[in-house]
Order: sequence, then structure tokens, then C-alpha cells
Amino acid sequence: MELDSNVICYGLGTDDPKGIFGTTVGLRERFGPARVFDMPTSENAMTGVAIGASLNGIRPVMTHQRLDFFLLAMDQLVNNAAKWRYMFGGQASVPITIRLILGRGWGQGPTHAQNLQAWLAHIPGLKVVMPTTPADAKGLLLSAIFDPDPVVFLEHRWLHSLRGEVPPGDERVPLGVARRVREGCDATIVSLSYMTVEVLHAIESLEKQHVSCDVLDLRSVRPLDWDAVYASVTKTGRLLVVDTANPTCSVASEIVASVARNRFSALRCAPRQLAPPDTPSPTSPALAQVYYPTSDDIILEVGRLLGRELVADTTALRTHQPDVPGDWFTGPF
Amino acid sequence: MLNGEVGRALLHSMLRIRRVEEAIAERYSEGKMRCPTHLCIGQEGVSAGVGLALRRNDFAVSTHRAHGHYLGKGGDLPRMIAEIYGKRTGCSAGKGGSMHLIDRSVGFMGSTAIVANTVPIGVGLALSIQLHDTDQVSCIYLGDAGVEAGVFFESVNFAALRSLPVLFVCENNLYSVYSPLGVRQPKGRDIARMVAGLGIEAHAADGNDAPSVHTLTGQVLDTIREEQRPIFLEFATYRWREHCGPNFDNDLGYRTDAEYLEWKGRDPIPRLTTALFDGRAAPSNLLEDMDANIRAEIDDAFAFAENSMFPSPEELFEHISSSESMSAKN
Repeated sequence: MELDSNVICYGLGTDDPKGIFGTTVGLRERFGPARVFDMPTSENAMTGVAIGASLNGIRPVMTHQRLDFFLLAMDQLVNNAAKWRYMFGGQASVPITIRLILGRGWGQGPTHAQNLQAWLAHIPGLKVVMPTTPADAKGLLLSAIFDPDPVVFLEHRWLHSLRGEVPPGDERVPLGVARRVREGCDATIVSLSYMTVEVLHAIESLEKQHVSCDVLDLRSVRPLDWDAVYASVTKTGRLLVVDTANPTCSVASEIVASVARNRFSALRCAPRQLAPPDTPSPTSPALAQVYYPTSDDIILEVGRLLGRELVADTTALRTHQPDVPGDWFTGPF
Repeated sequence: MLNGEVGRALLHSMLRIRRVEEAIAERYSEGKMRCPTHLCIGQEGVSAGVGLALRRNDFAVSTHRAHGHYLGKGGDLPRMIAEIYGKRTGCSAGKGGSMHLIDRSVGFMGSTAIVANTVPIGVGLALSIQLHDTDQVSCIYLGDAGVEAGVFFESVNFAALRSLPVLFVCENNLYSVYSPLGVRQPKGRDIARMVAGLGIEAHAADGNDAPSVHTLTGQVLDTIREEQRPIFLEFATYRWREHCGPNFDNDLGYRTDAEYLEWKGRDPIPRLTTALFDGRAAPSNLLEDMDANIRAEIDDAFAFAENSMFPSPEELFEHISSSESMSAKN
């Protein structure tokens, strides 16, 4: 907002005392009510308002505390934001950024914790970003805001508490470039968003068991860094894709399918994907424990790729319940 | 008393829209205009009156039935015809067809095919006007079905909340496809009063009286610019032909011949010529000259469309996004 006075930010609760889990606190005081404001509970129209404003030089950043509420805006997102450039022959673009927060656990249940990145990535004309680290969150958000096209920016609630070094100033991370988290040769693990944290827990244990994995954090699911995925699979011959979403027609299944189509000869065994089961996300903590994959599941999946029995011992060390990111998280939402 | 210059401009605009659409209807069966096409013959009074009252740099957005709005705002005719032909010289490079018209050089910012779907776009354009602090107005064309959509209420609410410079223009032609108002809105519904209840000034008027449309629109545009607030206008009008396509469809039985003939009797074009010449017939050479010029312009526009190239196969992959190659061709 300092870089460009045409950047505005609005959404339900954007300037309320809690400021979208703290992410927008102080913006209104700093940039004024014309540029930072709360909005009516009108997700569809307010998305259209962002599109309309963007057609005349404004760069809106919309925030939604839950992806699920944003489903009311699919007409404006899919029929207008994604299509405007194309259906008017490239004469106008829609530089909007839509921050959607998704998550898992704490009884969020069927309509407060959906991870619909594949839905969104299915639409030509949309860009879909899923940062993991704080540095990537900043760098990708800057790229999203100054990108000429609509970008859906998916933030995992459990990553808001992640700490990490963030470079100062206008340091952007390009959209569509995966981050290599670890260099390895036995298997490729492609991951995104919060599941990259589970992968990090898993590979510590895997390394102790003398398994070396090439780990890619996608960062962006559309455009997707196919070059990085193919190069890694060509090197390791084994692929595990770890996703936060239901497995049918998912980012994970798309990567498995594309690798099978385009790099079949490089594969030493069938690719695998790890995702929650094909059910709505449950509410009860007892069911959440069954539903959400963890670092232990990742270790077991890598073992299946290698045909080896591996020890899945990472979650036994955790002191917190599986439906929260840590002991410090006590709700209420 | 009707100002002669304004009257002639309105007459020219209406006649031009009608002749263009008649030409589309005449040639549609040739099979070269291969897209859904919604004609507004009968409704030209609104397009001409509002279009003439708007300034060139005011914004307008519209619906699936947008030819009249586009032409009334000054949109380029040959590029519109080429667009309907699916040619690369079309106003949307052949990617949009009849339902997706655009001419940013005259502030026509786009028409789309989903009912009420450009209503919030127009409100967003008004927000940009407010942020940029210019004296433009954003005009949103919609129909009587548009006011049934949730997004319409959301948009009016926000326009009122932020006092945005929006002119809502609702053409009430009594039908949504074949569904009459009576099966869609409660009996006795007064659309303008309903909208006034949402907190913005609203008026209802005769859309087939082009000079009145023009005068009323000019007055409310002044108010919008001076007082920075949205205003809603409902214009009663009637489409003569089928919802989509070149033909008449009274044989389907969803509306009566009597109703159709009654509305045809309120044809905005002869009504204007009568008013323009104080009840006397228009000087025949004036109408003939105007008509001849318009027909020549239309012939040129169709020739332009016919002679233009289709998009090349590669153009399928263009204009998706700024880095389209990354996602379009895995």
C-alpha cells in the first residue's frame, strides 16, 4: 500500500479489532478509511466491485476469514474475474487479489475448513497461490497484488503462527516457481501449504532412517511449476504428492496424472498421493484424528514407494492434540 | 418543446440501432453470425436517450442485450458486427460474440451474459471514480429480471452505503426469456419504489419516449455528479422479437398479439418524429437522407466483418492471463 496508492484493502472484519487474525491490524489507521474498510456481508457483489474498480486502475485486495463464505462469489470470480481478459480479447485485465483463509482442525467441520484449491485452479484465467513460509507469504502476496491478473491467495490458518525470517522491503517471490525445500535422491515429495510443515517433520525422521528425499513446496498451484516437478521425478524415479484437500480431482491427482503421462519412463514405481479421505471435513476431534494426514503418514507412504518398512515415530513426540497446531492454540476459532 | 438538435440526434441514434439490428436479423440465417444474439428492436428509446445524456468519459456496463447500449454510447459499429461474426477485428477479438461487447475508448466497459452480473462491476467502476476523485458517472444497464438477483440488492446497498456516482438504468420489458413478470415478482410490485426502499432515489418513466428519457437522465446525471449519490431509473419498454435470435415469436403463445400490437403502437421512432415536427410528418428527405446514410454505414460495417480474418488457431491460447503459456499447455 506504500508502494502504490491504488492498492486498497477490504473485507468483512478487515478493520475490526481482530483484523483478520491480526494480518490487517493498523492498516486503516495508516492508510485511511477510503483505502481500508469493512464491507457489507455481500461476498458476490463485493467481488464484482473489486473487479470493476480494477478495470479503472485500482488494485483491490479482498480478505475473507473463511474460504467457505467466498463460495457465494463464484459467479463474479469464475464468470468475470477469470474471463474478463479473455472474453474481451485482452483489452482489460483484472488485477485483484483475493485472500482466502482455509485450515484444519478445531472442529471447524464441513463448512469452515474446506481446501478448494483444485476447484479454483481448474479455471483458466485464475492464478492460485498457497504459501507456506512467512517469507513466501510476503513475497507471493506482493507478486499477487502487482500481478496483472486475478490471484487467489490461499492462506492456511495453521501457518499464521509459523515464525521465520522475512526480508525487508519490496522483495517479491515470482508466481509459478516451486521452492526446493530439500535436495535428495531416493524419492520426490511434492507438497503445498501446511502439509509442507508435516513433510519437514517427516524428513527429519526419514533422514535418520537413511532415506533422502527431494522436497518441493509448490507455493503456487496455477501456474504450477511443472519443470521443477518433472526434473525432480526424473532424478529420483519415485513420487509422493501430499495435499491438504480431498483426493478426487485434486492438485495431487493432477500431478500424479501428469507425471504418469509425461514422465512414465522415469518412474520406478507407481506414484502415490497422500490426502485426507473423500469425506467432508469432520468436527469431532476423534474424527479429525482419522481425517487429517500427518508426518507419520508421510513416512509410511515413502516406505511404500521404496518397498521398505520405515518407522513412523514423529507424532508420538507431540504434546498437543491432533486437532490443533500446538498447545498454545485454544480456540475459539 | 423539443430541441431540434437533440431530437435529431435521438432520431439518428434510434434509427441506427434499429437498422443495424434489422440487418443482423435479415442476415442471421446465412449462418455466419454463429453466436446467441439478443435484439433490442422496440427498446431503442432507452439506449438513445440515456446514451446521448451520458458523457463520452462516463462508464457504462451492460447485459446480454447490449447492442443498443453499446451503439448509443458511441461504440464502434464495424467492430461490433465483426465481433458477432467471430472475427479477430471484432471489438473483443472474436472471443466474446454478441454478448460481450466493449469499447473502452467511449467508456463502454463491457457487457456480459449472466443476468445482473455486471451490476457490481459498474458499482466497482463507481468506487474507482470516487477514489480517483473525477466527475464521471458509472451507468449500469440491467433488465427487470436483474432486480430479482441477490447481487443486485448487494450492489445497490453498497452504492448507497458509499454514496457512489452510479446511474442504474433498468429496462423493464416485462419478460425474462418467456417468463412474464407475474410469475417472477409479486403482484403490484413497483420496482422503482422497491429500490427507493433500499435507500436511493428512484424514478419510473416511459422508455419509449426518447426525449423524456433523455431529459430525465440528464437531470439525474447532474444530481449524481453534484451530490455524489446513486440514482435508479426504471424505463417501461418492450422487445418486439424473440428473446434470443432474429425472429418474431408471438406464435409461441407466451404473450398475446394484442399486447404486442399495443406496444408496437408505442414505437419510439414515429413518436419522436411526430414530436420533432409538431405533429406534422417529418420532411421526407430528412428521414430518407438519414436512412440512406445509416444503411451505407451498415453495409460498410458488414463488409468489414465479412472481409476480416478469423482468429488464428494460436489465438485460442492468447489473452488467458499474463503468463498463459505456463498453465494453458501442460
